[in-house]
Amino acid sequence: MAAAAIGAGLLAGCASDKDSNTGAAGGDSEGKTVITVGLFGTFGFQEAGLYEEYEKLNPKVKIEQTVIERNENYYPQLLTRLASNSGLADIQAIEVANIAEVVRTQSDKFVDLGKADGVNKDDYFPWKWNQATHPEGKTIGLGTDVGPMALCYRKDHFEAAGLPTDREEVAKLWAGDWNEYIEVGKQFKEKAPEGVAWTDSAGGVYNAVISSSAKRYYDEQGELIYKDNPAVKEAWDLAAEAATEGLTDKKQQFTKPWDKAMNNGTFATISCPPWMLGYIQDKGGEKAKGKWDVAQAPKPGNWGGAFLGVPESSRHKEEAIKLAAWLTAPTQQAKLFAERGSFPSTPKSYETPEVADAKHEYFSNAPIGQIFSTAAKGVPTQVIGPKDQIVQENIANTGLLQIDQKGVSPDEAWESAVKTVDNALDE
Amino acid sequence: MTTTGSPVSAPPTEQGGAAPRHRTSPPSREEKRRERRSRWYQRDVKWSPYAFVAPFFLFFGAFSLFPLLYTGWASLHKVSLTAPTDMEWAGLHNFSRLFEDEFFWNALRNTFSIGIISTVPQLLMALGLAHLLNYKLRGATFYRVAMLAPYATSVAAATLVFVMLFGYDYGMINWALGAAGIDPIDWHNDTLNSHLAISAIVIWRWTGYNTLIYLAAMQAVPKDLYESASLDGASRWQQFVHVTIPSLRPTILFTVVVSTIGATQLFGEPLLFNPGGGANGGPDHQYQTLGLYLYEQGWTNLHLGRASAIAWMMFLLLVLIGLLNWLVTRWMQKSELGRKTARRRS
Repeated sequence: MAAAAIGAGLLAGCASDKDSNTGAAGGDSEGKTVITVGLFGTFGFQEAGLYEEYEKLNPKVKIEQTVIERNENYYPQLLTRLASNSGLADIQAIEVANIAEVVRTQSDKFVDLGKADGVNKDDYFPWKWNQATHPEGKTIGLGTDVGPMALCYRKDHFEAAGLPTDREEVAKLWAGDWNEYIEVGKQFKEKAPEGVAWTDSAGGVYNAVISSSAKRYYDEQGELIYKDNPAVKEAWDLAAEAATEGLTDKKQQFTKPWDKAMNNGTFATISCPPWMLGYIQDKGGEKAKGKWDVAQAPKPGNWGGAFLGVPESSRHKEEAIKLAAWLTAPTQQAKLFAERGSFPSTPKSYETPEVADAKHEYFSNAPIGQIFSTAAKGVPTQVIGPKDQIVQENIANTGLLQIDQKGVSPDEAWESAVKTVDNALDE
Repeated sequence: MTTTGSPVSAPPTEQGGAAPRHRTSPPSREEKRRERRSRWYQRDVKWSPYAFVAPFFLFFGAFSLFPLLYTGWASLHKVSLTAPTDMEWAGLHNFSRLFEDEFFWNALRNTFSIGIISTVPQLLMALGLAHLLNYKLRGATFYRVAMLAPYATSVAAATLVFVMLFGYDYGMINWALGAAGIDPIDWHNDTLNSHLAISAIVIWRWTGYNTLIYLAAMQAVPKDLYESASLDGASRWQQFVHVTIPSLRPTILFTVVVSTIGATQLFGEPLLFNPGGGANGGPDHQYQTLGLYLYEQGWTNLHLGRASAIAWMMFLLLVLIGLLNWLVTRWMQKSELGRKTARRRS
C-alpha cells in the first residue's frame, strides 16, 4: 500500500508540476470547446506557440495540455486509463518504443486517423506511418517527430587529442562503419586530455549501433530473435569493447551523474538525435557553448520519436482529430523544429526554409537541418516489436552497465542481461 | 466529557434513566415527551458511535480491503496491464514461480539486509536520544521539534540530498574521504555500501519519530521508581537499564513492529537513490527491494498478476512477523509474571 501511495504521489507530483506551468497560459473557457492533450517529456507544442496559433485560427477551441515528465510513468498511466476508459485526454501521445504494443493491444480504443480529413499518408515516411498502423489497416497515431542520429563531439577535446575538428573531416574518420568509431576512440584515448573519456557510456554506444540496423529484437513474424540476431551481437560487442578499453565515462544515461558529466565536459562524443541537442545545451550551459559540433554518424539510425492518437472515448472526437492532424502536418512540424528541435517525420518539411537552412548556434552553427535530413532519409525501415523497450533497457541498464560500472566480464554481463530480459518477458 | 452531573455524560445504559417501567395511569404529555426524548437519546447512544466510525470503515473498505482482495484475485491470474480486465486463470502459478525466481529471492535478501541495517541502529539511537531528552534540558521543545523535522521531510527531497552526498565522482562524502586521503567508495555499485547508504536515509528520517515515541513512554514511567532506585544508590546508567528499559518494553515492541513493517515495504528510498535509473535497483539489482521488484514487475514489465503475487507474499511476510511478535510478547509477559510470582514467594 505504501509503495502504491508513493508511486501515485510521484506521478501526481510530476503531473501537477507541469499543470501549474500550463495554468498560466490558460484563459477563460466560456462557450469554447476545450480539447485536452496528454503528453510526456517535452513536445514543445505550447512553447513553439502552436496552440496559440490554432486557437486563433479556431476561435471556438481552447487547448489544455498535461505533461508527465517521464514516459516510464506516462505509459502505465495511459494503459490503465485506456483500460478503465476514463481520465483520457482528447489527444494522447505515444512513444515509438510503445507504439507496437499499443497498435497490437489497444487499437480498438483509438480512432482510425488514416482516413481522417486533413491527413495525408504520403506526407510521412512510410516506415513511420507503418509503425502506427495495424496489419488490418487501421492507423491509430500520427507521427510527430523522428530521431535521426548524428554524432555530437567536443571540438576542444578533439583538438587536444590531435584529431581534426571540421565536421566533414570528422565524419570521414568513421564513415560507414561503427568499428571505425571505436578505433578513432582508441586513438583519442592515447592523447586525450586528463579525465576526458571518448564517450559517455557503453549503453549509449550500443543504442547508437543497434538503432542503425533494420532488425533488432523481433523478426517480421513477431518472433523474439534478440539472442541470435547478429546485429544485436555486433552492437553488444562494440559497446562492450568501448567499456573494456576504457573509452567510456561509465555513466548511465539520463541519470544525475550523467547530467553532471555533461556539465563538466568529461566525454568527447555522444550519439545525438535532434532532441539530444536540447539536453546537451541545457546541461552543458554557457561554458560549453561553441565547443560542441555535430557530424554525421557512421550509419544513420533512429532513436525516439512519437505519435499522437485520439482515443475513442474522447468527448470531442471531431475537433481532436482536426487538431492532431494539424499539429502533425508538415508546416507545423517544420515550425516545431525551428523552435524546439523536434525533427519532422514528414520529408516534405525538409524542403521548407525552417529545416533546410537551420543552423544551431550552440553547436558551432552546425547546419543541423541538412545533417539530420540526410540521416533521416537513410534510416532503415525498422521492425518494431511489442517489448522492444524492455529488451533494450535491460540490455543497456543491466548488462552493459555491469561491464561499465562493475567491471563484470562481457560474457557474464550478457548472461545476466538475458536472464533479466527473460524474467521480464516471461508471462 | 469529564464534567460531572451533565446529562451528556450520563452513562449509556440499556434502560435509560427517565421513566419507571410500571405505570397504571396514562402518561401525561410531559411524560410522553420525556419518554420520546429518552428513546431518541438511547438510539443516539447506541448508533452514533457507529456513524462516527463508519467513514473510516468505508474508506478502509474502498482503499484497503477491496484492493487487498482484488490483488489476491489478480495474483491467481495471468493478467497484463495492457488489458487489466482480461484475466486468465493461472492457479498458484504466480506464487510457485516466485519460489524459483532468483530476482525475488535477491529482493527478499536485500529487503532483510537493508531492514536490519536500518532498523537496529535506528531504534538503539532513538532509545539513547530519548533518554538524553528525558533529562531536564533547556529548550527541550526545540530539540523535540528538531528531532521530528526529518520525519516531516518528503522522501523525495531527502533522498535527492542524500544522492548528492553519496555520489561517486562529485559526492560530498567521497570528497571528504578524498581530503582525508581515503579512496572514494562506490556507494551505488557495491552491494553492502549501497545498503549502508540507503539505510542512512531511512535512519535519518525515522530516528526522531521513534525517539519521540520512546520519550512519551519514558515520561509515563512513575518518578518514584527512579527516586527509590537512586536512594538504593543506582547510577543513571543502572536506572536506564533496570528501570527505563523494562518499563518501555511494550513501547519497544511496538516500534520494532512498526519499523519492521516499514522496512518490509521499503520503496521510495531505493527507487530515488538512483534518480533516472529505473526500478531495477542498480545494474546488478544490488539494492532492489521487494517493493521495487513489485513495482518493476507491475509497472515496467506490466505483469499485474505476478506483481499481485509479490504483494501478497509481502503481506504474508508481515502476518508472519506479526505472529512472531505476538508470540514473543506472550512469552515475555509469561516470564515477567513468573518472575514476579517468584519474587513474591521468596
